[in-house]
Amino acid sequence: MNRKKPFLARFSSWYLILILLFTYLPIGYLVLFSFNSGKMRTSFQGFSLRWYEKMFGDRTMLESIKYTIIVAVIATVVATVVGTITAIGLSKSKRLIRSIILETNNLPVMNPDIVTAIGMMLLFLTANVKQGLVTMILSHITFCTPYVILTIMPKLRQLDDNVAEAAMDLGATPFQALTKVILPQIYPAVFSGALIAFSMSFDDFVISFFTSGEGINNISMYVYSMKRYNLSVNALSTLIVVVVTIILILANLIPYIKGKKTQKEDI
Amino acid sequence: MKSFFRMSYPYILWIAIFIVAPMIMLLLYAVSRPGNNVLTLQFTLQNFTDFFSDPTYMRVLGSSLLIAFATTALCLLIGYPAALFIAHLPERIQTLMVLLLTLPMWINTLLKTYAWQGILDFAPDLTSWIKVMIGMVYDFLPFMIIQIHTAIAKLDRELITAAHDLGANRVKTFLKVTLPLSVPGIISGITLVFLPAVSSFVIPKLLGGGDYYLIGNLIETCFITWGNWNFGSAISLIMALIIIASMWFTKKIDRNAEEA
Repeated sequence: MNRKKPFLARFSSWYLILILLFTYLPIGYLVLFSFNSGKMRTSFQGFSLRWYEKMFGDRTMLESIKYTIIVAVIATVVATVVGTITAIGLSKSKRLIRSIILETNNLPVMNPDIVTAIGMMLLFLTANVKQGLVTMILSHITFCTPYVILTIMPKLRQLDDNVAEAAMDLGATPFQALTKVILPQIYPAVFSGALIAFSMSFDDFVISFFTSGEGINNISMYVYSMKRYNLSVNALSTLIVVVVTIILILANLIPYIKGKKTQKEDI
Repeated sequence: MKSFFRMSYPYILWIAIFIVAPMIMLLLYAVSRPGNNVLTLQFTLQNFTDFFSDPTYMRVLGSSLLIAFATTALCLLIGYPAALFIAHLPERIQTLMVLLLTLPMWINTLLKTYAWQGILDFAPDLTSWIKVMIGMVYDFLPFMIIQIHTAIAKLDRELITAAHDLGANRVKTFLKVTLPLSVPGIISGITLVFLPAVSSFVIPKLLGGGDYYLIGNLIETCFITWGNWNFGSAISLIMALIIIASMWFTKKIDRNAEEA
């Protein structure tokens, strides 16, 4: 058995390295070919920044970036605020009401995106609302909020109700109890809820495709409707990779640094 | 504290308008025919019989299910060993591996699929089935690995030591201890892969070069090209029902596994 162990250990490392290579192959490809001086997507002809230049001259592409960010930011802010408030409210409600609302809240999570998308589109068409940026934002809020609530609910269940009660007995207004007692305790869950909401909105294609109107494209829709291969998409992807990496590093470092600080304070 | 519940009122109104109302509309459209209005509404199951009696639509449904099954099976086959190996790494490297696997999930699926289009151009001889499978497995594999890894990492190490002490070899320990106890992870992994895979149509469309026409494409055609909302709604409803049925099924398996 002792002789077998190194083999298994070696095999498992190689296996995991292969998985990582597979995971990062498309990203490496996007980054590498964003610097291609040629037009081909299978031969790298030399280093150049022409696709970045071209990207900043491509109005439709820049607009798709603009719309993606506008929609994602608004949807995330609204979904996080509404989701947090609702989750706190629900945690204090009767069990039956809570479970009915949570089940309904689950629908967009469980349903295939396309079913949610079609439902929203039918709603807008029937209500005679012209589809465009507003309908797209409304739809994004609708499918992001459930994730925020789902992320915060379990954390709220762990809280001790008595602490907020005690605060109010000691003269805190309900609003103070909310902002000074409950919120600080669930802050990490609110933060991860917001991150999930942002990534869902940023990545969405199907729901945006059916609920936005003419001329309003996000990045996914732009790529989907592209008639010809366009290497500026590689430049765009590379920028997204850089931004995402920075955000994730920060998101992972902040709790770490904070943890260190509180540790020091404890000592 | 009861007054806090009032804070939920706005969202209850929101879900009534944006979640419940659309679902009711979908249902109403699905059970009526084009040209009906509210006053002359007549219910019919015609849309459903149209769908199930046409072999073309059945083929579309069949290939959607086939792609979803194949994707799930491959993800499980490739993902299980990966999750198991990760769980045996030192804890800090485990966290790093999980982070490395989840990081690409933040980049738009469409951009990654577009990258695969370019990469797969290096191998023009691959069949479109293989290309679609590569794209699908790529997209869903992290979900499977993370779910199974979480289940294995939670597992009590003492159990494995005990099995070894009692004379079980590695293979036997794996089959009798690790595998059964990781079933909940396998099931949530399958759910997270299979359900979205049934309805995915973008990856097959971009990588399959028009060889794959799936349920999602059919719904798109109904609404965008034919303008037949009733038939499109019926198909959407059928898809939602398939999802609900498979969720009920996996839950049942999960319960049976826990009882066993």
